[in-house]
Amino acid sequence: MSDIIRLTAAELGEKLAAGEISSVEATQAHLDRIAAVDGDVHAFLHVNEHALDAAREIDARRAAGEQFGPIAGVPLAIKDVLVTTDQPSTSGSKILEGYMSPFDATVVARSRAAGLIALGKTNMDEFAMGSSTEHSAYGPTRNPWDFDRIPGGSGGGSAAAVAAFEAPLALGSDTGGSIRQPAHVTGTVGIKPTYGGVSRYGAIALASSLDQVGPVTRTVLDAGLLHDVIGGHDPKDSTSLDEQWPSFAAAAREGASGQVLKGLKVGVIKELPDSGFQTGVAASFRESLALMEAQGAEIVEISAPHFEYGVAAYYLILPAEASSNLAKFDSVRFGLRVTPDGTPTVEDVMSATREAGFGPEVKRRIILGTYALSAGYYDAYYGSAQKVRTLIQRDFDAAFAQVDVIATPSAPTTAFKIGEKIDDPLQMYLNDLTTIPANLAGVPGISIPSGLAAEDGLPVGIQFLAPAREDARLYRVGAALEAALVDSWGAPLLDRAPVLEGGNR
Amino acid sequence: MVSEITPDLVRHLGVLARIKLTDDEVSQLTGQLDAIVDNIAKVSEVATPDVAATSHPIPLSNVFRPDEVGQTLTPEQVLQNAPDAADGRFRVTAILGEEQ
Repeated sequence: MSDIIRLTAAELGEKLAAGEISSVEATQAHLDRIAAVDGDVHAFLHVNEHALDAAREIDARRAAGEQFGPIAGVPLAIKDVLVTTDQPSTSGSKILEGYMSPFDATVVARSRAAGLIALGKTNMDEFAMGSSTEHSAYGPTRNPWDFDRIPGGSGGGSAAAVAAFEAPLALGSDTGGSIRQPAHVTGTVGIKPTYGGVSRYGAIALASSLDQVGPVTRTVLDAGLLHDVIGGHDPKDSTSLDEQWPSFAAAAREGASGQVLKGLKVGVIKELPDSGFQTGVAASFRESLALMEAQGAEIVEISAPHFEYGVAAYYLILPAEASSNLAKFDSVRFGLRVTPDGTPTVEDVMSATREAGFGPEVKRRIILGTYALSAGYYDAYYGSAQKVRTLIQRDFDAAFAQVDVIATPSAPTTAFKIGEKIDDPLQMYLNDLTTIPANLAGVPGISIPSGLAAEDGLPVGIQFLAPAREDARLYRVGAALEAALVDSWGAPLLDRAPVLEGGNR
Repeated sequence: MVSEITPDLVRHLGVLARIKLTDDEVSQLTGQLDAIVDNIAKVSEVATPDVAATSHPIPLSNVFRPDEVGQTLTPEQVLQNAPDAADGRFRVTAILGEEQ
């Protein structure tokens, strides 16, 4: 396997800046890796035919003396929910097959401006609805740790791409855990920023009050470097927070020194007992807590009595917002059009198009959302769910009055088998039990690898949550625990992942 | 609250959502939605009248931009993904059916 693809984005950026590697070489190495392994992994829906041109341009500009930021020339995989002018954007749906956006999402535009090389578009559950990437209209992505298992979802493609060394960096989106849960099952790092911290302009909307774009990487520092590029105020997103953010890469570097754990108060939620998690997931979680305690952190039991209502509230708010957002796929302005025989009205065409263009999970959630918003049910369902949101925010406020961060396992189980839960939507929804409260409250969350579950040898992640706007705290704490864990293992967790066949070792 | 998800209701929701559903889809969705609604109805247990609703996680107010012409798409860009277009406009089938 080529050494270039094993480098972190931070290391690769330094070698690019020092002239030891060109962006063309770095990009080619990743394209070769994709060619070798993506037939099995299927992380990518599209590989960018313009990637080498973009790399050549960065190399030329650098040769001409232009100064760039720390990750210029580094390849980037982009979740297909983000629109791009140079590649199709489908959001994993047949209804948008071949769609070419006339504009770039803000996070994509900022990535290009920072010299990142758009490598391709990654697979996802259709319109980001799912926890396994099995609901992609283009077939599932496979977990690089075990091809029979799911890579998480909805951003399984982005997580699998970085886990399989097909890209050092990827962009994801997280509506109820779609960045953090895939990180958990693939042994990678994922961050959902504070709501409004990263622009949603050009992210094909699922649930507008919950969606947030964020980094998907192999290390906390790499996530910070990418967050620094994509974050900050964007006038094109009216929910974007107009404020100054600190450097998250600097926060990660500070955290890696380990000193930040001394005196840190870490909250553990008593309503999420170990009995609710797979044995190896709970054990890995406890090991991480013990390691943090050994470095001076204080573990404090806290109560979040309303978290148990989070999944229920989420599966009312999300379908309600999604049923509105997806109304635009009506066969008129873009996307698929299916015209029934005879002399159909535009309404007949819409109904036939949406029948043919949406998959089963999307139909299920649109119908559920239409029900939740209908007259007579609105107050009982949607109105009540919005009140639960308030109660969960109050739980967070009370918790953060006592502790600096909250820690939970990132998901209840390790990666399950492809097909195992596909016919049981309720079981699928429960995968997001620990990640959903952050989206409902707007607070940031990070998942970093905490080890392997003893019973199945599959990756486990630990999630940290911080108050809104305190993303930097997550980078400090995440990097501190990451450093301690990698030190105790002797090497990064991904070094223990199976070597993929086709890799030119 | 007892949910009342029936095949007729699901069919009606399909009409409202502009999704033509097959009989198989209707029967499958009826069972699944019934189970889902039974589970999510628990939100009403704690949603008492004294609790305010939250529609947006980070409250913001009066988000305006300067009243200036911004970046806009050309008519060609707007129409580039249209399934059908004519004379610089989107073309669709009849808006009204014969019975309307």
